[in-house]
Amino acid sequence: MSDVPLPARTRRDAFPPNWPARIGLALLALYVVYASTILDVTWARFLTGLEQGSRFLARMFPPNMAADKLALLYSGMSESLQIAIIATAIGVLLSLPLGLAAARNLAPPPLAWASRALIVAFRTFHPVIVAILFVKAVGFGALAGMLALVVASLGFLSKLVAEAVEEMSMKPVEAVRATGASFLAVVIMAVLPQVMARFIGFSAYQLDSNLRNSALVGLVGGGGIGATLFTAFQRFDYDFVLTIVLAIIAVVMVGEVVSGFMRRLFQ
Amino acid sequence: MDAAAGNSSATDRVSDRSLHIRNLRKEYRAGEPVLRDVSLTLDGRGLTAIIGPSGTGKSTLVRCINRLVEPTAGEIHFRGQDLVRLSGRELRLARRRIGMIFQEYNLVERLSVIENVLCGRLGYVPVWRAWLRKFTPTDIERAFELLDAVGLGGFATQRADQLSGGQRQRVGIARALMQEPDLLLADEPTSSLDPKTSVEIMELIARRADASDIPAIVNIHNVELARRYADRIIGMSKGEIVFDGPPDKLEDSHLLAIYGGEGWLE
Repeated sequence: MSDVPLPARTRRDAFPPNWPARIGLALLALYVVYASTILDVTWARFLTGLEQGSRFLARMFPPNMAADKLALLYSGMSESLQIAIIATAIGVLLSLPLGLAAARNLAPPPLAWASRALIVAFRTFHPVIVAILFVKAVGFGALAGMLALVVASLGFLSKLVAEAVEEMSMKPVEAVRATGASFLAVVIMAVLPQVMARFIGFSAYQLDSNLRNSALVGLVGGGGIGATLFTAFQRFDYDFVLTIVLAIIAVVMVGEVVSGFMRRLFQ
Repeated sequence: MDAAAGNSSATDRVSDRSLHIRNLRKEYRAGEPVLRDVSLTLDGRGLTAIIGPSGTGKSTLVRCINRLVEPTAGEIHFRGQDLVRLSGRELRLARRRIGMIFQEYNLVERLSVIENVLCGRLGYVPVWRAWLRKFTPTDIERAFELLDAVGLGGFATQRADQLSGGQRQRVGIARALMQEPDLLLADEPTSSLDPKTSVEIMELIARRADASDIPAIVNIHNVELARRYADRIIGMSKGEIVFDGPPDKLEDSHLLAIYGGEGWLE
């Protein structure tokens, strides 16, 4: 410290306190404490939970590998894979036009805004909630699950397509337009080449995510391995639950490897 | 419309490639014209260079001709049509006869060289042919010939982003020629290139325009290149034409009027 304190007016503060952020953080901490007392989240409750959890885990071992269970597992899993792959394929096909329609540098503003609103609607709810809606609308089974995943794929892929199109260079687009090409020809020769590699990457990721979500939509009546899992829970077949969980983990891991491979292939 | 049908059949018969621009005006923001009622008549042959400082409307003028930029007012008559009035299919049919070369080449980088050249046929072929790359053998043959002509015979299947600047501009020229244009526009075709390559590119544009007997309009910063290759020079300043004449009539006093200042002339 200097002996002579500088006048306050000329001393400049490099890191002024951010009072709104401090107050916000303090309020958040208070609320967390308050909410946990309301919900009766206590240490004792946690210990009871742990004890019950250990009994549950004990009943899961060893995983049930009986032939009839494996047959159930196989049929549920193959249905889930079909749901995921068909939903991804439909989503990929539809998301390209929807994404293009939502790109503000290509589509006329009213169309772009309408498409954006549709995409936001698709993205608003988690696939599980969408699946519940479809189960109520079209009945239990694979169709409801598939439709839910189509909606999820459309929301994700169209948004990313629109963003990729908005980020691309307009220079080739301008040049191809100047040759007298029609709008569709411009899209095919100038737009798609610029966004295709990323689009394939997104699609591979979406396939991966649909594989995971296909188990989820099954839990609420959308068919597939999720339905098998739900039944096993209801019947307290915890050893079969473990078999199913392990199978899902294996499929998701394989899916991740495949989608990573696809992305590398088209980079 | 009868008039439109009559017009387009008339267009095919018109061998006159002269261009008449009347009172062309462009305002990007209302009340701030970039082009101030430019009028200009170009004969159907020869290379016309447009020189002038940056932001003076050269690029806008050239882009108004093929309507990459929408003129605010005025007329552009070419091959029996007023280009300013065209829209939709008629505009596309007019555009396919106007080749354009860009400062930054504007190639589709992820497509191969020959695909970029064949883009010049997109105004002629149905979309499915472009989609499936089923261009006619005649078109493909011609694309190869043009690549040979611009000195890129061996590069047909390479991706455009693997080429150097000068090579890319050659592809850009081949693409424009692939349109079988009646008019060649070039917007600063050499500004992104080194001096030696600039000369080669200007030489190529001048030679090809001459060989096909089509008029070319070239925006260019480099006054020396303009003098060397142009049959006619148009000097622009602040959205207006301030010089119009053959290269040997272009004096320092004109350059002063075009570019302002004088330190750079010494």
